[in-house]
Amino acid sequence: MKKVVTSVKKYIGSRIMYMLFTFLLIATFTFFLMQTLPGSPFNDERMTTEQKEIMYERYGLNEPMSVQYFKYLRNIVKGDFGVSFQFDGRSVSNIIGERIGVSAILGAQSLIVGTIIGLFLGIVAALRHNTLIDYGAMVIAVLGLSIPSFVLAGLLQYWIGVRLQWLPVAFWEGFEYSILPTIALSAFVVATMARFMRTEMLEVLGHEFITTARAKGISDFAVIWKHGLRNSMIPIVTILGPLTVGLMTGTLVVEKIFSVPGLGDQFVKSILTNDYPVIMGVTLFYSFLFILVILIVDLLYSVIDPRIRLAGGGQREGK
Amino acid sequence: MKVNEFELSDDLFEEAGNEFKVEHSDSSPSSTFWKDSWTRLRKNNGSIMGLILIITIITLAIFGPMMNSHGFDDQDLTRANLPPKIPVLEHVSFLGMNGVDIRGTDQYDAKGVSEYYWFGTDDLGRDLWTRIWQGTRISLYIAFLAAALDLVIGVAYGSISAYYGGRIDNIMQRIIEVLMGVPNLIVVILLILVLKPGILSITLAMVITGWVNMARIVRGQVLKLKGQEFILASRTLGAKDKRLIWGHLIPNSLGPIIITTMFTIPTAIFTEAFLSFIGLGLQPPIASLGTIVNDGFKMLKIYPHMLLFSSIIISLTMISFNLLGDGLRDSFDPKMKK
Repeated sequence: MKKVVTSVKKYIGSRIMYMLFTFLLIATFTFFLMQTLPGSPFNDERMTTEQKEIMYERYGLNEPMSVQYFKYLRNIVKGDFGVSFQFDGRSVSNIIGERIGVSAILGAQSLIVGTIIGLFLGIVAALRHNTLIDYGAMVIAVLGLSIPSFVLAGLLQYWIGVRLQWLPVAFWEGFEYSILPTIALSAFVVATMARFMRTEMLEVLGHEFITTARAKGISDFAVIWKHGLRNSMIPIVTILGPLTVGLMTGTLVVEKIFSVPGLGDQFVKSILTNDYPVIMGVTLFYSFLFILVILIVDLLYSVIDPRIRLAGGGQREGK
Repeated sequence: MKVNEFELSDDLFEEAGNEFKVEHSDSSPSSTFWKDSWTRLRKNNGSIMGLILIITIITLAIFGPMMNSHGFDDQDLTRANLPPKIPVLEHVSFLGMNGVDIRGTDQYDAKGVSEYYWFGTDDLGRDLWTRIWQGTRISLYIAFLAAALDLVIGVAYGSISAYYGGRIDNIMQRIIEVLMGVPNLIVVILLILVLKPGILSITLAMVITGWVNMARIVRGQVLKLKGQEFILASRTLGAKDKRLIWGHLIPNSLGPIIITTMFTIPTAIFTEAFLSFIGLGLQPPIASLGTIVNDGFKMLKIYPHMLLFSSIIISLTMISFNLLGDGLRDSFDPKMKK
């Protein structure tokens, strides 16, 4: 038993080490990108060389590269990503903090709605395997996976917003404003969940313990709910990675289309205005989230299926 | 023994004759892995539909721009923003292919244009039919190039890592594990910021992290195959490493390799379109499906046809590759059916 515990600890330790190393790699990458990118924050022509010198001095920009690098890393650890070029003197972490709330609400809403619909579709498809319902659910799933989020968002905006005028097409001023973005974002979640659930459910329903449960005279509902669903849900952690990536990509695009004042919208705007500190800050923030999710997936999976630890590294589907 | 001889007397048997022989050899033709897979694939309606769609799209991407006399960047402001108008279909009013815009005026009459623009024109008067197929060509080119590079790097890396094992594998796997944790899209965005958007830079940015998936899959396959008897047999007969890898291990891993490539293509098309969308796409005059979709958003409310056609084509492309990919996965490995 003791041996197992140490191996778990060792595994968790090694995963965290990898996580930190990956993050360090991305941080280093962003630092050197910042150095190679053209332009400087003090490009104002009215500034004299002396004034610029003073500014460079103040922000530590004329120190040697290595000193700047370690300062940069230290600041990241403290959550300080520098100051935006675009918004006078506002810190990047301030901007992220202000914008992340909306994105988080939108993301969570889409995740919940998408998961519920997706699970339902998947279960129904598995129970009615090889019927029209099954095919219908799988057609929805393929469409959800294939149609790019910006296409779906554009079509929704045009048909439901502009033509039918049922729902507002832009901004973020109340619940009804979040409906269209949520639909556009959750399509990917629905599709991923439905496909996952159908496969797992079909597999679980084929096992003998389901036959046993049925033979005992348990109601269909209890068989599916207690035995089928619970056992199918175990490997759900494997799709957390792809889901996170999908939601992150989705928010960038969907927030831009519906003018939702979230982090994704800000990120796209910063790219268009070359606001490099914000781009790098948000990049680091997204990377951190992603790496954290991957870590959680690996750890959860190693708890659920101890064989993974021996094989080294969890199985993930990258997108 | 004598009892048996008595019981199995000759008149219990009948001569089979030539007929039986012919029938026997006919009823069980030898089947290869590829034949089996093809038979299974053919039964899968979805993937056949995908395959037909892919062939249609590729054909149109090659020949579409030549099907009318408009160049993909011929600008003419006198014919800007024309809605689609197609001969014959223009008489079917609900299709909306009669050159009438959403306010009900026939733009072709209003602007005195007698030519037909099958998908309409954009805000600079460029023919959308030509542009969309030209864009599809570029998108497919980027996708195929990225998939091919992923394939080469991934297969080489994965098979070397698995075949040689030991310390080499250990080091190579550590690199992969770090790269797996890196969010692909973020790296692509950052690289494009530095490299400036272009066909090659977008492709390279996608390949830099994209090959990892392929390498993992190939490594898994080779590890599984490496210990099997036919490899031992071949080695006993004196086969060298090169022959074992290229002659046995990789051909036997082709199924998963093809499937992974199949899924790389729609991902690459999506990534390229996504980049255009966030302002890091190809620069004019080159256009891809992504940039055309993005242009369509500019006048979505007044001229929806610009977004509509490009959206449909990009969605159909993604759907068809995904369908074929799903079908291939099921037919190469029926056990893996998802």
